[in-house]
Amino acid sequence: MQTVKMVVTGPFNSGKTEFIRSVSEIDVVSTERKISSEAERVKETTTVAMDFGRITVDQDLVLYLFGTPGQKRFDFMWEILSEGMLGFIVMVDSTRPETFREARRILETFRAYAPTPYVVAANKQDVDDAWEPEDLRIALRLSSKVRLLPCVATDKEPVKSVLLELLYSILEEMDLNEKK
Amino acid sequence: MALKGNLRDFTITQLLNLISLAQKTGTLIVEGPNETASVSFREGKLAFAQIGKDDSSLANVLYKANLLTKNQYNIINERGRGMSDKELGLLLINASYISQNDILRSLQELFISNVNRLFTWVEGLFRFENDILPPDDKITVRINLENLIIEGSRRLREWEQLQDEIPSLDMALKFVERPNVNIRDVNLSVEEWRVVSYINPKNSMRQIARANKLNDLEIRRIVYGLLQAGLVEIIRPEGALPVQTWSSPSVQGREKVEKKSIVNRLIQRIRSL
Repeated sequence: MQTVKMVVTGPFNSGKTEFIRSVSEIDVVSTERKISSEAERVKETTTVAMDFGRITVDQDLVLYLFGTPGQKRFDFMWEILSEGMLGFIVMVDSTRPETFREARRILETFRAYAPTPYVVAANKQDVDDAWEPEDLRIALRLSSKVRLLPCVATDKEPVKSVLLELLYSILEEMDLNEKK
Repeated sequence: MALKGNLRDFTITQLLNLISLAQKTGTLIVEGPNETASVSFREGKLAFAQIGKDDSSLANVLYKANLLTKNQYNIINERGRGMSDKELGLLLINASYISQNDILRSLQELFISNVNRLFTWVEGLFRFENDILPPDDKITVRINLENLIIEGSRRLREWEQLQDEIPSLDMALKFVERPNVNIRDVNLSVEEWRVVSYINPKNSMRQIARANKLNDLEIRRIVYGLLQAGLVEIIRPEGALPVQTWSSPSVQGREKVEKKSIVNRLIQRIRSL
């Protein structure tokens, strides 16, 4: 049995757990705890170690999705989770510009860990005050080559699109490496 | 008990606060990655500060503060060799070249600037020596530490913010492809130009900093400015580890064709969800 791994990362409350939950064939193995900090009490619980979802491809191949903890104090987990990943997805809450800087920090940190392909998901696009993906691109200082995709993490179709775009990026990277 | 430790555990701001509150007299010696700083205090007030082998002679300080001409500076260096700073200061005051206030103000500015530089040091061993004081021939000052500590805290916050923006200095920089912008038309400082001259996908930011003798804060500050101006982007340095996309060594070793096949199978599966 071969296993491959993708990491879903992003700031606190950006929708990582929902993203994995939308496509995982098993109930997401979540390590959520009640939030103790008043400042971060925009939701009741948060991921403290990792979320874990699974998609079985066939008898020989399984894809695991790992969600990183969103709070900064758990960032020691990131490097461990990033080891051997196929690629990673950075979730951004399009309605909370105050988290964009943190999203950039996470993106740059993961890029430094591993030279793997990645895509950025502009989550919560169904909310009225969500930033347009192209405005987000400027705010996050993403080059035009980086795939930035609109997303609603609770809806399976956009989540599938994000995963597929990441896989297409991986194929492209392989082609590029072959040509070198 | 000796006051010694590592800046990673006890910051310069915390050290100055302690020295100020305990009204300590002595010299704080900080051995940073590239140079050593020596900062002296009398009863909790800053008296003297030197970093590395910087020329802190009075003649040089006054020349840099534009209080001496190049010609005067050269004459002092030629004829005044062997003269202490105190003797030189007295001579210049008596000859009405300069006032006592000018001398003290120039030295204060130099020492404050040295301490401000020290705030950017995040790594290094420190020790406080009660018995060491500046050499007798040096002119010392008395500067309250409160304002310096506030400035230090401000710089610490800036450091934390810049670290968030640029977490790793092992990444490289590349000019953004913007044909309408000519870098020569952008107003950059000398230090920024020096950094720009090293921008190349092969050079990590750490290497650029080392080549320009910049510390971590200084290189981050310059790169942040260039990023904000949209002139550069952060990339992985060329020649870094090859792309590793597979979770187990057995998979890593497989043929490229098979790897592609795995990705294609994943694509098919996700499409079918």
